[in-house]
Amino acid sequence: MAELITTYDTDAIIAEKGYDDHFHEHHHGDKYQSGFIHHYIFSMDHKIIARQFLITGIFWAIIGAAMSIIFRLQLGFPEESLAWLKPLLGKWIVVDEAGIGTLAPEFYYALVTMHGTILVFFVLTAGLSGTFSNLLIPLQIGARDMASPFLNMLSYWFFFMAGVVMFYSLFLSTGPFSGGWTAYPPLSALPQASTGSGTGMTLWLVSLTLFVVSVLLGGINYITTVLNLRTQGMSLWRMPLTIWAFFVTAILGLLSFPVLASGFFMLIFDRSLGTSFFLSDIFINGQALDRVGGTPILYQHLFWFLGHPEVYIIILPAMGISSEVLSVHARKPIFGYKAMVLSILAIGFLSFIVWAHHMFMSGVNPFISNFFVIFTLIIAVPSAIKVFNWITTLWGGNIRLNSAMLFAIGFVSMFISGGLTGIFLGNSAIDIQLHDTYFVVAHFHIVMGIAAFFGMFAGIYHWYPKMFGRFMSETMGRIHFWGTLIGAYAIFWPMHYIGMAGVPRRYYSFDTFDAFSHFDDMNKFITIAAIVVFALQLLFVLNFFYSIWKGKVVKSRNPWGATTLEWSTPIDPGHGNWPGKIPSVHRWAYDYGKDGIEFVPQYIPMVEGEEAGDAGH
Amino acid sequence: MVTDVNIYSGKRNRIHPQKFALWTSFASIIMMFVALTSAYIVKQASGNWLEFALPNQFIYSTIVILCCSLSLHWSLRGFRKGDSNAHKIGMILGAILGLAFVVLQYFGWTALFAQGVDLKGNVSGSFFYIITGLHALHVIGGLAALGVALFHMLTLPFENKPQRILRYELVVHYWHFVDFLWVYLLLFLVFVK
Repeated sequence: MAELITTYDTDAIIAEKGYDDHFHEHHHGDKYQSGFIHHYIFSMDHKIIARQFLITGIFWAIIGAAMSIIFRLQLGFPEESLAWLKPLLGKWIVVDEAGIGTLAPEFYYALVTMHGTILVFFVLTAGLSGTFSNLLIPLQIGARDMASPFLNMLSYWFFFMAGVVMFYSLFLSTGPFSGGWTAYPPLSALPQASTGSGTGMTLWLVSLTLFVVSVLLGGINYITTVLNLRTQGMSLWRMPLTIWAFFVTAILGLLSFPVLASGFFMLIFDRSLGTSFFLSDIFINGQALDRVGGTPILYQHLFWFLGHPEVYIIILPAMGISSEVLSVHARKPIFGYKAMVLSILAIGFLSFIVWAHHMFMSGVNPFISNFFVIFTLIIAVPSAIKVFNWITTLWGGNIRLNSAMLFAIGFVSMFISGGLTGIFLGNSAIDIQLHDTYFVVAHFHIVMGIAAFFGMFAGIYHWYPKMFGRFMSETMGRIHFWGTLIGAYAIFWPMHYIGMAGVPRRYYSFDTFDAFSHFDDMNKFITIAAIVVFALQLLFVLNFFYSIWKGKVVKSRNPWGATTLEWSTPIDPGHGNWPGKIPSVHRWAYDYGKDGIEFVPQYIPMVEGEEAGDAGH
Repeated sequence: MVTDVNIYSGKRNRIHPQKFALWTSFASIIMMFVALTSAYIVKQASGNWLEFALPNQFIYSTIVILCCSLSLHWSLRGFRKGDSNAHKIGMILGAILGLAFVVLQYFGWTALFAQGVDLKGNVSGSFFYIITGLHALHVIGGLAALGVALFHMLTLPFENKPQRILRYELVVHYWHFVDFLWVYLLLFLVFVK
């Protein structure tokens, strides 16, 4: 980039001051470079695995988003014929004698369920933290690779297998699971409960169990790598905020996913071995089921003990990425680095003691609810600290409004809008009116759906040069940003009003509810906005794959003028990341505009008499 | 599992990263059993709960798995010191005791079933089977790892190189972990019923 005046002779500095781990004296490189299969498929290189996670995530994002378009068509235009979808959906579109095609209600529920499962787990967990933890942890802490490249490879392939099983379940004659992404019993515990509760649910459980294994293998690796493989001088308090975010995300996953696994095992026992962990007082066709003594609330506790940390597993990486991108492109140190780290830790801790706020209306003791209300509202404090620090990082910055920066700023906007409605929903009294309405749908889509996607997009545009050695198209990127920002608000803003009026989520049709008929036009508007936003995401996918082969080539190794270590590697880092020594670290990650110098990378030694950029050091 | 050991060369870690990773995975296994035992307490508090006495087999199995840990510990010490006999005898004894634990658990389940505590009956029994069953699966995982260690002990020449000590340490640490996990679970199941 022409505007940069500061340049560093990276190779010479690393050769002189770097840390020699004798990596290249051993003979090891051949199996990574020889042969297509070891290099691109069963690769143990963290950079390849990151790209595998990303591209698999994009694949699932397209499927999940396309599903939402189909059920939005049903919600926005319930009278229109969907016969044109018959070639794609087959028997799930019922065409009557007049040629009018309607979406089968069972499949509507299956679409809603699969949309949630796919987006939450496959896209925003694996696709987001899988991609960026793998790419950035070794590169930014100065490691040759993950602690266990083999487990890292297994982590991806378990995720891949989970995807294959879930994909297969889409084609079952009884359809995929249709009882909601939370899979509450009894719909998930009794195979006869609905069409999707049979084989569809079995495959859902198999798929997600494989997914849990993938998350655990990944998480063990990320934690071990961050704590054990940092280069010389990279103290914990010098780590970029991305690494802090991925680290806490991995801890959350490691401690919460096993709890979900326990719930799954009990569910599997209920489904196939005749136990009654989650079953009691159930009547089928007027006949009482003989399995009694359990309680479905127990499953909800186990599910949400994962489910709530899970939303932070989704949002923390986006927060870390945005912090980094905001700082680099505002050419300013991140404001309040230590407060940012402590907020991440506080959010991580609090996320474990708020799960029952998802269950205020499920028959939880109202006195216990008070406890969860208080801790839920306390999360607003570290969240607000982070928002304040992002805005003050921008204040007075020399801002480059490129696609990455736009999405990072968009992330902050979305996080504020969605976070504020969280304060409403966190109150158990207000939740009596708002629970299970479109208000909830609007809240979580903005705060952890769109916001997490914006963080992910910021990361993709920012680190694309590192991943593929080329830039993505700026023009397409800006169209993608502005369209998505406006479109996302157009989709979800109206949902707040619909929700406050009490319109319940997940309903197939509101024909019989006269009270809701005046929302017909609003539903049409939302559906049209959703289609436009979906088209813009296809533009992003086009940009992504077009730029891999045809994008503008990266000519300098640090195109953004960033301070972190990943930009000290060659433009196309080989296995082991650095050709010679590993850079050693002498300063924190945010020395921008210090003492009149535009930026000082972390591997540059302190000059005599220089004060550390961060007040604490 | 052979990983690229060169990644760590020259590092100045107090604990080997692979050992650290193993200990990290213990946290995750502990959470799984914390979830089950908390679910147990929550369900118990909501009533309709059958109390039953544990068959003695579970006491025997506890003694057996404790001895298993001890003998593996002895075997590891032997390996570190270069005492080939202690290493071999300890490991073989440990493997036999480990296997005996799983067999005794099985006898315990059948005895419990004979007492009338069915998996499909009252939820307290279902909890007992699922908790002890999942623990047994973890022990079987340990047996598989021990099997690999036995295979190496029998086929490779006796050499206490750091890399081989580390590998054996990983196996033994895992065994100590499932041992202590069982003691926790047993005490829990005895006192919380």
